[in-house]
Amino acid sequence: MTTKYAETEPRQDAVKHVGRPVDRVDGRAKTTGEARYAAEHRYPGMAHAALVHATVARGRIEAVDTEAARAVPGVIEVLTHENAPAMKPAPKTSLMNLSSLASGTTVSYLATDEVHWNGQPVAVVVAETPETARHAASLVRVAYRELPAVVDFAAEEPNASPQKSSVLQPAGGDKGDAVAALAAAPVSVDLRFTTPPEHHNAMEPHATIAVWDGDRLTVHEGTQNIAWLRAHLAQRFGIPERAVRVLSPYVGGGFGGKGFVWAGTLLAVLAARATARPVRLALTREGVYRTVGGRTPTVQRVALGADGDGDLTALIHTSVAMTARIGGMPEGVVSSSRHLYDAATIHLRQRLVRLDLLANTAMRAPGDSVGSFALESAMDELACELGIDPIELRRRNEPERNPMDGKRFTHRMLREAYEVGAERFGWRERDPRPGSMRDGRWLVGMGVATAYHPSLTMPADVTVRLAADGAVVVRCALQEIGVGAATVQAQITADELGVPLEAVRVEIGDSELPAGPGAGGSAQTAGAAAGVLDACRKLKESALALARRAPDSPLRGRRLDDLEARDGGLYHGGRGETYAAILARAGRDHLEAGGGTGMLKFLAKTLNERRRWVKAASGAHFCEVRVDRDTGEVRVSRWLGMFDVGRVINAKTAAGQLRGGIVMGIGMALTEATQVDPRTGRIMNPSLSEYHVPVHADIPRIDVHWLDEPDPTMPLGLLGIGEVGITGVAAAVANAVRHATGKRVLDLPITLDKLL
Amino acid sequence: MKPFAYVKPADVAGAVRAVSDEPGAKFLGGGTNLVDLMREGVERPDTVVDVTGLPLDTVDQLPGGGLRIGAMVRNSSLAADERVRARYPMLSQAILAGASAQLRNMATVGGNLLQRTRCPYFYDPAAACNKREPGGGCDALGGFNRSHAVLGVSGSCIAAHPSDMCVALAALDAVIEVESVRGTRRIPMTGFHRLPGDTPEIETELAPDELVTAVELPPAPFAARSRYRKVRDRASYAFALVSVAAALEVRDGAVTAARLALGGLAAKPWRAHEAERILLGGPASEESFARAAEAELAGADVRPGNAFKVHLARATIVATLRELNTGKGTA
Ligand SMILES: Cc1cc2nc3c(=O)[nH]c(=O)nc-3n(C[C@H](O)[C@H](O)[C@H](O)COP(=O)(O)OP(=O)(O)OC[C@H]3O[C@@H](n4cnc5c(N)ncnc54)[C@H](O)[C@@H]3O)c2cc1C
Ligand code: SF4
Repeated sequence: MTTKYAETEPRQDAVKHVGRPVDRVDGRAKTTGEARYAAEHRYPGMAHAALVHATVARGRIEAVDTEAARAVPGVIEVLTHENAPAMKPAPKTSLMNLSSLASGTTVSYLATDEVHWNGQPVAVVVAETPETARHAASLVRVAYRELPAVVDFAAEEPNASPQKSSVLQPAGGDKGDAVAALAAAPVSVDLRFTTPPEHHNAMEPHATIAVWDGDRLTVHEGTQNIAWLRAHLAQRFGIPERAVRVLSPYVGGGFGGKGFVWAGTLLAVLAARATARPVRLALTREGVYRTVGGRTPTVQRVALGADGDGDLTALIHTSVAMTARIGGMPEGVVSSSRHLYDAATIHLRQRLVRLDLLANTAMRAPGDSVGSFALESAMDELACELGIDPIELRRRNEPERNPMDGKRFTHRMLREAYEVGAERFGWRERDPRPGSMRDGRWLVGMGVATAYHPSLTMPADVTVRLAADGAVVVRCALQEIGVGAATVQAQITADELGVPLEAVRVEIGDSELPAGPGAGGSAQTAGAAAGVLDACRKLKESALALARRAPDSPLRGRRLDDLEARDGGLYHGGRGETYAAILARAGRDHLEAGGGTGMLKFLAKTLNERRRWVKAASGAHFCEVRVDRDTGEVRVSRWLGMFDVGRVINAKTAAGQLRGGIVMGIGMALTEATQVDPRTGRIMNPSLSEYHVPVHADIPRIDVHWLDEPDPTMPLGLLGIGEVGITGVAAAVANAVRHATGKRVLDLPITLDKLL
Repeated sequence: MKPFAYVKPADVAGAVRAVSDEPGAKFLGGGTNLVDLMREGVERPDTVVDVTGLPLDTVDQLPGGGLRIGAMVRNSSLAADERVRARYPMLSQAILAGASAQLRNMATVGGNLLQRTRCPYFYDPAAACNKREPGGGCDALGGFNRSHAVLGVSGSCIAAHPSDMCVALAALDAVIEVESVRGTRRIPMTGFHRLPGDTPEIETELAPDELVTAVELPPAPFAARSRYRKVRDRASYAFALVSVAAALEVRDGAVTAARLALGGLAAKPWRAHEAERILLGGPASEESFARAAEAELAGADVRPGNAFKVHLARATIVATLRELNTGKGTA
């Protein structure tokens, strides 16, 4: 058992590269500084832009005084609503055109005198240096006529209205009468949770370089969705898509914050057009907080009813989250409750308030990360109430089919994850009595929670080219947001074609390449893998077709399914030949094939699958905390995550994703909160000094393991891994704190004042 | 950032002259606080007088057993000084509990003394702040004030002083030596910072043209057994919610010497004279520690956001004294 589930030991199949802890192909470039991120490019005549942010939440601009700014030597232009060129309105969203979802907000910047949120850019200064631009921006004086604004999420909660369902995301649902069942339940808990707004804080602040050449536009930007960015810019600036080139070979982290198009991007392009200069706009950290949305705050209710044995008779999960008047993404906050427990009755509702704030956006595992905090905390509390071990409670209520609608799971191994994880973590050592475990001044607690994140794929077009000298080039406009995107596709290609890993080069990050899937929804790797598998197969088909034409080829009469790709060629047992030999004989210098599914076919397949199956990555978190008995300081002292993520392609990058999710979840649990002043709608901690992400000293060694069982319905059996790691983490911490102290904290983050 | 002139004098006389000649001039130490504030537009000096080239970067032995610390000594060097670590451990611990290794390498002793509050409304020129713009109002009173002061506050400002080092210096009865074109003077650490009253913009007794040249530590045998305990929102790289610098000497169960200073609670490092008075001569017991803490905190004036600090301060004082008394619980 121990070797089977080891983190770094791959399963010994026929595969050579898939599963191994292969070093990432861009590791050297990144560690030596050779890798150039968006803001690091230079153009002759390049100018620099800086933003002026509104200081009121809602209103109209009465006057803008740019005189002092213009007088600063080196200032080229100051753009305001009075002189900026127009941009076209944001597109109406439609499922038939997914790139229409790319708008961060619906605002046409510098088009009118309206202010929609505290922090909205109301002017852009373009200057010869970034320092000049920033200084001049600080001299722009704006007078506002303030209008009443709704910015206080907590106060607005009673006015929430029901969230609409979409094809991809139902907003609520009922199974039986959960309200009646809860009232009749012999044992129950009924809890109200809150989670604060949070921000992604990717290491690389957003930056754009925009270069116009006539009506052609080149943009350097770290984005999670090259195709969406290109389509969106074409639309907003009234040019054909093919006139826009997006270059995004390196992205310094995204976490959802670079999935949509925000003000800085549009204003860099606008400023470049207005000044006829290449323009670079690199946001400050504060600029990111003021112009790029973050995670919605939530209020949630979870009520659970059970019989005396712990079988769930009722599950109620309701939520209130936000969107903004100017856009924002309605989150599926209660989504985990559709899938996790076999309750006899279920009642789910999601509601929204609309605020005069910057639009919220996707942040790592939107919906599930916050929803799992409430659901998994409530399950723990129910276990306390029943006097049952929390793992046993979950085991009892593990469903055979999807609880809401009886659909089948393609794959579900939560029982195994808990079993193996508990063994490794030493769960048996836990004395269930709260406050019973101590170490000097520390109260020690252990908690568990379930991780769960739905698995998706997105369509990708891929080409694979194999040259006579053995070099293989894979081309797909993937986004490398730090996950190892190119590395894993190189591993897959090397195995599929049977060539050395070093022979494969993966070209990514350029809109001129075949369209890739976005890096979002944990869907990039699977989507691209489907395209790579398809293209490799076609390439081998054409190699075989060439070979079969030759009377002396050992492959004559063979079908591809009987052959093994290895040693740079195709073989049946000991007989076969190399691609080089096939090409040489045919007098060709390369073979090339394209793979992928069209959007319509893809959507049809996805919707059809969704009608029948439920699929997800999942796992079990085990956490040990220490709470200072005098001061309430919480320190996480041990962590183990046991995941079911289907097949793992790269043991090293997979571990990095899962650990990264857990680190971010620990931040969510203990320290992170964006402080939006309820009087003004202004973010008061827009810096890494005052917004507390975890630092190294907050994070213990994190053990991650996986079961490594392929999912039968996914390309290569892989389920995405980018987001599942963060789900359940905050609950595992809260549950451990409950065990250590006897106190149930319902409001994130769990700061020490809540434990005094 | 507003453009400014930069000068780097080589001697103290040149430095104090440069600032007294120029009303818009400011001394620049490591720049870890001043430059941040200049970026935000909160500080807007016309001239920056870089004092890190002055020959004030050594820690010297004083006759009688004290130490004289040059104002340009970097925070990291002071924390690592063997004499400080052996004789005044609370000072070394306090410095190491602050900021990050990179910041401590840059920060100077003089700059640390004069670092300004981390009140978010002070940092944001869009907010009302009496400290930044006297008479403008105070957005922290009804806003985010979790990190703010509860002792010695006024209706015009509730900002807390953020320094860790200063708390230890207050407990150790340090003396600040300053120099200007008018000459040299010595200011006791406990009287160096001011409470806000109606003039929160005036934070210390230092005149704008006075340069801090040194900090003197008197001999303090009891301090060899001392401790700095900092409570914060993450394990490192966060300002103190509450901190305690304490030294305790106990003979036959009775307290024969006690020093206590508190951080995160006031606009100055708060020397707990009242608590010291109660501790001295009393039993070294949990009850006596609690009584002393309560007496010191009796005058606390709290808001909803920072009310927890009173309880937290009490618990931290008691825990720190208990630890010094029993020698346990450091883990
Ligand atoms: C992210 C971050 C986290 C931090 N965390 C902590 C923490 O946890 N605990 C903590 O205690 N501190 C913390 N700090 C603050 C840090 O300790 C101070 O910034 C530093 O001590 C200031 O020293 P400096 O030499 O850089 O001062 P400077 O920034 O150069 O100057 C600060 C002020 O002192 C004045 N000044 C400098 N030298 C003299 C002198 N010799 N005479 C008269 N005036 C002078 C300057 O004019 C200026 O007003 C943190 C800072 C940052 C940026
Ligand atoms: S507490 Fe002091 S520093 Fe903060 S806003 Fe009020 S006056 Fe300004």
